[in-house]
Amino acid sequence: MKNFQAKRWRVAPADGADQRLFIRRHSAVVRMTHWINVLCLSILFLSGLQILNAHPRLYWGEYGADADQAFIAIGSQKHGDGLHGFLRVGALRIETTGVLGASREGDVITARAFPAWLTIPSYHDLGAGRNWHFLFAWLLVINGSVYLMHGFLRGHIRRDLLPNRDQLTLRHLWQEVVDHARLHFAKGSAARRYNALQKITYLLVALVLLPLMVLTGLTMSPGLDAAFPFLPDLFGGRASARTLHFITASSLVLFVVVHVLMVVLSGFWNNVRSMISGSYAIDHSGDAS
Amino acid sequence: MKPDFSRRRMLTGLMAGAGVAMLAGCDSMTQSTQFGALLRNTEKLTMSSQRFLLGRQPLAREYSVADLSPVFRANGTQSPDSEEYAHLLEHGFVDWRLQVDGLVQQPLSLSLADLKRLPSRTQITRHDCVEGWSAIGQWQGVHLGRILDIARLKPGARYVVFHCADELEKTFDGSGRYYESIDLLDAYHPQTILAYAMNGKNLPVAHGAPLRLRVERQLGYKHAKYLMRIEVVSAFDTLWGGRGGYWEDRGYEWYAGI
Repeated sequence: MKNFQAKRWRVAPADGADQRLFIRRHSAVVRMTHWINVLCLSILFLSGLQILNAHPRLYWGEYGADADQAFIAIGSQKHGDGLHGFLRVGALRIETTGVLGASREGDVITARAFPAWLTIPSYHDLGAGRNWHFLFAWLLVINGSVYLMHGFLRGHIRRDLLPNRDQLTLRHLWQEVVDHARLHFAKGSAARRYNALQKITYLLVALVLLPLMVLTGLTMSPGLDAAFPFLPDLFGGRASARTLHFITASSLVLFVVVHVLMVVLSGFWNNVRSMISGSYAIDHSGDAS
Repeated sequence: MKPDFSRRRMLTGLMAGAGVAMLAGCDSMTQSTQFGALLRNTEKLTMSSQRFLLGRQPLAREYSVADLSPVFRANGTQSPDSEEYAHLLEHGFVDWRLQVDGLVQQPLSLSLADLKRLPSRTQITRHDCVEGWSAIGQWQGVHLGRILDIARLKPGARYVVFHCADELEKTFDGSGRYYESIDLLDAYHPQTILAYAMNGKNLPVAHGAPLRLRVERQLGYKHAKYLMRIEVVSAFDTLWGGRGGYWEDRGYEWYAGI
């Protein structure tokens, strides 16, 4: 049960209003790799959209180009009153002028899939977008390797991220879902470890989504496909790998949104401090244990 | 513990500031000399790791006729806009010659018939454009290595430069003319061919008639179309923009294996 080590006790005031225990929640490696990861993923996401802007159509299979069926496409059409942007998913077509397909670049509405404020660089430059993307992809891979080596060798993943047996009962999991929905966050000794939904989510991000991001990215490389022919097979072809790269990136964006929301709701400063200095306050007021 | 609010305000400011500065700063960082050089230098790391992994010169995957793209997208120049090319096209390229010169013992001038008399290789491969789309096509042509062997390389030869008939950008100094370059490792790869046929027919104009390069394992812009002259050099820094290709001079990587 006791996962994070207690660092020091704070002396509780006489009225018992502030009974806080500070524990050491995140190791230096976890804190450092977390913030490097924030930087990498931000730049990879924004430069990735610059790259996607060059051909904002997604296919399934070995190949895919303009004449082939795209199940997701962003585009624009000229009408009497100017340029109209749209997003098409399967047979569904949504008008997205101003954001997707056609948006403001300087003073003019320009045909571009993702808007200037979501791409690096803000203006159209595929070469520069690729340079940014690959520099930070290398950094992501190095940073991720440090995290995983530390996580496996020093026991962080087993100790802090693998759900404990008592957390995996259906009853307990259901209780966690209900608690999350009511925004009831763990207090006292229960806050010494991550809850099971947190653990499962972090494991999914660190061991599935981010590795999938790297692998689908590498599969788009014609050089690496020659060196490792199993790569395109793994994802059903190069065009599929490109689509999965986008879907996985979208899943990561969804994770970041929920993650940041949870950080804010469950005690913003406490969470941020624990990811900077490592120390996390546990509120023991009204806690029997 | 009494929270230190001044520190929190500073941190909030720092975080918000970092976000805004990052977006605004990326454009100017892209254009700065030092950071621009750092960005471009990633290419060296990527190239040396790929060269390490491709040490045994594996082949790019070859597909079957059933896998061919129904429509193979034509990109870049669709038809070179010059009187010289129009004349060559009109006469079925009988007057066309491929010049092979530079650091070779025996400069060559090869007609299409000369090339077709040499042993050929046919391969069905996937063409990956830097933009993100892919298409599968069948290519037939002569090994580039074979041509280089006939011309016999001189000592110091390191790169093969492809001079093309098309101008992708109209300029007064001619710097909009398409050209490309690869090193000898790729030039001698078994799948690197000078293709004169596509999907069983003569190479269409939109795909580079009469002759184009196929350098599988690299992105589409390396596969120069409308070949006119092959020049063997020791370095390409004095050619046009100095980066080894039309798109390289405009910001793409010279090594396009990724």
